[in-house]
Amino acid sequence: MQRIGVFVCHCGTNIAATVDVKKVVEMALAEPGVVHAEDYQYMCSEVGQEKIQNAIREKNLGGVVVCSCSPRMHETTFRNAAQKAGLNPYMVEIANIREHCSWIHKNMEEATEKAVILMRAAVAKVNLNTPLKPGESRVTKRALVIGGGIAGIQTALDIAEAGYPVDIVEKTPSIGGRMSQLDKTFPTLDCSSCILTPKMVDASAHPNITLYTYSEVEKVTGFVGDFTVDIRKKARSVDMSKCTGCGVCQEKCPSRKIPNEFNRGLNNRTAIYTPFAQAIPNVPVIDRENCIKFKTGKCGVCSKVCQAGAIDYEQKDEIITEKYGAIVVATGFDMIKLDNYDEYAYSQSKDVITSLELERIMNAAGPTNGHLERLSDGKAPKEIVFIQCVGSRCADNRGKSYCSKICCMYTAKHAMLIRDKYPDVNVTVFYIDVRTPGKNFDEFYRRAVEEYGVNYIKGQVGKVIPQPNGKLLVQGADLLDNKQILKEADMVVLAAAIEPNPDAKKIATMLTASIDTNNFLTEAHAKLRPVESPTAGIFLSGVCQGPKDIPETVSQAGAAAVKAIGLLAKDKLLTNPCTAHSDELLCNGCSQCANVCPYGAITYEDRQVNDHGIREVRRIAVVNDALCQGCGACTVTCPSGAMDLQGFSNRQILAEVDAICL
Amino acid sequence: MTTRKNQAELIKEISGVNPLKCMKCGKCSASCPSYNEMDIKPHQFVSYVVNEDIESLVKSKSLWKCLSCFACVERCPRDVKPGKLIDAARQIVVRERGGDFLSPNEIPELLDPDTPQQLLVSAFRRYRR
Amino acid sequence: MSIEAKEEFRPKIVAFCCNWCSYAGADLAGSSRLSYPADVKIIRVPCSCRVNPMFILRAFERGADGVIMCGCHPGDCHYTSGNYYARRRMTLLFSMLDFIGVENGRTRVEWVSAAEGARFSATMHEFVDKIRSLGKNVRLEDLRCRN
Repeated sequence: MQRIGVFVCHCGTNIAATVDVKKVVEMALAEPGVVHAEDYQYMCSEVGQEKIQNAIREKNLGGVVVCSCSPRMHETTFRNAAQKAGLNPYMVEIANIREHCSWIHKNMEEATEKAVILMRAAVAKVNLNTPLKPGESRVTKRALVIGGGIAGIQTALDIAEAGYPVDIVEKTPSIGGRMSQLDKTFPTLDCSSCILTPKMVDASAHPNITLYTYSEVEKVTGFVGDFTVDIRKKARSVDMSKCTGCGVCQEKCPSRKIPNEFNRGLNNRTAIYTPFAQAIPNVPVIDRENCIKFKTGKCGVCSKVCQAGAIDYEQKDEIITEKYGAIVVATGFDMIKLDNYDEYAYSQSKDVITSLELERIMNAAGPTNGHLERLSDGKAPKEIVFIQCVGSRCADNRGKSYCSKICCMYTAKHAMLIRDKYPDVNVTVFYIDVRTPGKNFDEFYRRAVEEYGVNYIKGQVGKVIPQPNGKLLVQGADLLDNKQILKEADMVVLAAAIEPNPDAKKIATMLTASIDTNNFLTEAHAKLRPVESPTAGIFLSGVCQGPKDIPETVSQAGAAAVKAIGLLAKDKLLTNPCTAHSDELLCNGCSQCANVCPYGAITYEDRQVNDHGIREVRRIAVVNDALCQGCGACTVTCPSGAMDLQGFSNRQILAEVDAICL
Repeated sequence: MTTRKNQAELIKEISGVNPLKCMKCGKCSASCPSYNEMDIKPHQFVSYVVNEDIESLVKSKSLWKCLSCFACVERCPRDVKPGKLIDAARQIVVRERGGDFLSPNEIPELLDPDTPQQLLVSAFRRYRR
Repeated sequence: MSIEAKEEFRPKIVAFCCNWCSYAGADLAGSSRLSYPADVKIIRVPCSCRVNPMFILRAFERGADGVIMCGCHPGDCHYTSGNYYARRRMTLLFSMLDFIGVENGRTRVEWVSAAEGARFSATMHEFVDKIRSLGKNVRLEDLRCRN
C-alpha cells in the first residue's frame, strides 16, 4: 500500500462553485492509504505546487492524486512538481473533476458525489502505480514540408536557415502555390509574384533545401523524431538534369486544348507544360493523360524539337524513402465548388466568375493578358457586382459554417484596383458584414469606399439572372435603406468560400494527425499551441489549420519552423515509458501480439527462464521500448494475459472500474 | 388571450425555426418576389419574432402578401427561413378564428373566394409529404 | 424493500474513453459546458484497443448498469488501427453478453473525435436515457461485491 496524498484544487470558482472541495478532502482522508489530503485555490500555481512538494517530503508520500482539471492540461505540470520533490513523476494521477465534473453539472450534491468517486478511482489506480523511467529515442535531423506554397516555402527557408536539411514535397509541377496565382496582395497592393518569386528562388537555391515537385507523400511510418516517409516522384517524362527550360517543346506541342489549371480553366495549355512562366523548377512535365504520344503512340514532337534531348517517355514513377525528425503540413486551400449555389448562375453564365478567376483575369500573364473583359464576348464591363460570403457562414450543409476570412479584404482590393485602372466602371459590393481586423486593413477598406467610390450595399444577393441581352440581372436588397434592388451588371464576381485542400484529409490520416469537421487540421491547443498538431512531431503551417491571409500564413509558417527546429535541435527525445511488457513466465511465444502491433515493436527471442524451479529455454515476446507507443492492442490480444501496459495495467484499470462501481 | 411571449413561442413551435440563428444577411429580402408589396420585409420578420412583437406582424400587410413561394426558405444560409415564420403567424390568426385542424377532405368545401390563396398554397406545401 | 429504494433510479455507467479523441472530446464537452448526466464516469485508456473485455465484464460484475466505449473515428486512430481491433472485440463481446442476458442496449461503442464535444454530450444523454429505460442490471452482478 502506497502512502498517498490527495490534493483538491478549487480552480478559483471553476471547481469550487459546483463541487464541495472540503467534502472531497474529507472523503479522501477516509480512503485506505491516504495519509494526507488538502485543498487549495489554484494547485497549478507555484504555491499550490509547493504544497504538493512539501507534503511529499514531510509525509514521505509514495503516490499523489491531484483532483483538478483534465490531465491533458496539467498532468505534466504536476508530474514535474512531484519529480522536483523526489517522487517518480509516474506516481502522480489526476482526477479530472473540472472538465468531467464541475463544468458539466449544476447540482452541487451530484457533482460532489461524482468528484468523490473520480477521486476514489484515481486513488485506487495510484495505489497500483509503479515508478517508471522514460527511455530515449534518437532524432533524425531532417525535416519534411508537405506543400510548396508560401507557407511551405517560408517554413522550409526558416528551418534551412537554422542549419537543418529540409525537403519540400509539392504535388504540382512547380512550387508557389495559390500565392503565385494572385495578381496583387492587400493591403499594400504590391505585386504577388514580385514578392513571391524571390522566395521561390531562395528555396530552390538553398543548399539545405531539396525540392520534390510533381511528387506526393505516399506512406508515413514511425513517430516523432524518427519518421520514415515514402515520396512518390511522379514521372515527369522530362529529364530534369538535361532540360534547359527553353520552352520550345511547349510551343510545338500539338495537343493544346487542355484546361489550364493555373488559370482556373479559363484558357488552355499544352500537354507538355510548365504551369507558369516563373515556375520553379523551370522544367516542363508531360501530362500523360492528355499527351497524344501516350494516348496513341504517334507524335513525339517534343522529343524531336528538344535540343537537349531531355524528353524521356520511358521515365517511371520513383519512390524515394527518407527519414525525418519533424513533418510540417502546409497543404493550403482551394475554392469550394459552386454547384450548390446555382441561384448565382455560375454554371449558366461565363460572366459570373469567382474571385480567384478575377485574379487571373487581372493578371498580365492571365488568360486576357491583364485586360478586364467579359469572358463571354470580350467586351469591357461597365458595371461589376461583387457578392460576398458565397458558401461561407452557412448553417446548412450547402456551404461552410466558418468565415473564410480573406474575402472582405481581397474584394476591397479587387474593387479598388478596378476603380483605379478603369475609373468609368461602377463597382458594387453586396456584403453581409465587412470584417477587416488587421494592421491597416480597415483603412484599406475605407479607402475603397471613400477614395475610390466603391458602392457597398448591406444585404446578400438573392439571385443572379442572365438576361437575353447578355447582361446579368442582380436581385438584392439594401437592408439599411429597406429597399429591394434590381441591378443590371456586366460581370458578377463571387467571393466563394475557401476549403482545405482535398488532399489534406488523406495526409492527415497518413500522419494520424486529427482534423476537424471541416477537414482543417486540428492544433494541439486552440490558444497556446496553435502550430502543433496533437500528434507529436507534426506541425501546421498556413491555411491547412484554418483560413488565413498571407501575412498570417507567413508568421504561422515561421512559428511552425521554430517548433520544428526546437525538435530537431535535440539529440535525444525522452520516450513515453507507458509501454507494453510481457511476463516471461506467462508468455508462450504464440506471435499474436506481434501481428496486431502497428509499430512492429514486438520481436521474439529464446530466453532461459526459471519457472518455479524448472529451467528451460522458451520463446518469449520482447517489446522494443523505443518503438512501442503504448496503445495496448497487444495486451488484449495476448491469450495468456502475459502482456501488460505500464501506466495502464490490467490491475490499475480494474481498480478504477471497481472504485467507480462500488 | 395569449401573451406576447406565448405568441412568439407559438410561432417558433409551429415553424420549427430558431430566429436567433439569423445573421441578418438579407438574402430572404433579396429573393422575395413580393418585397415591394410588403410593409414589414422578410428579413424583418425575424426581429419581430425575436422582439416578441407578433401583434404587428399579424396586423401587417405582409402577412397576406407573402406568396409562400419559399424562395427565402430555399436560400436562407442559416436555416432561419422567414417564410416559415410568416406562415406560422398566419396559422395563429387562423387558429384564433377557431378551427385548429383541417382535414384535406374538407378543403374543397371550405374553398370560397374569400379564402386567402396563401393559406391554401402553404397548406399544400405543408401536407405535401 | 424499503420505501427509500423506490427513489429515482440512478444508473452506474462506466465510459472507457481513448486518450486522443474521446477523452479530449469529453474535455471539450466540459469546456463548452455541455452537460450530461453525472451517472457517467469516465476511465481514460490510451486507445480503445486497450479495453480488455475483462474490464467490461468486471464492471457488470460490480454492478454497473451500462458500459460505453468511445474511440477515435474509424481511420482516425492515433495508433492507426487500434479502434478496428476494438470494434471487432466489442462486436463479439456484446453479442455474447446479449446471449447471457445483458441486453445490447447496455453496451455501446461510439466514435467521438476530439472536436465533437457536442456529440459526446448528446451520446451520453442518449445512453443514460436508454439505461434508465432498461432499469437496473442484475444479470451479472456479483452480490458478494455489493456493500
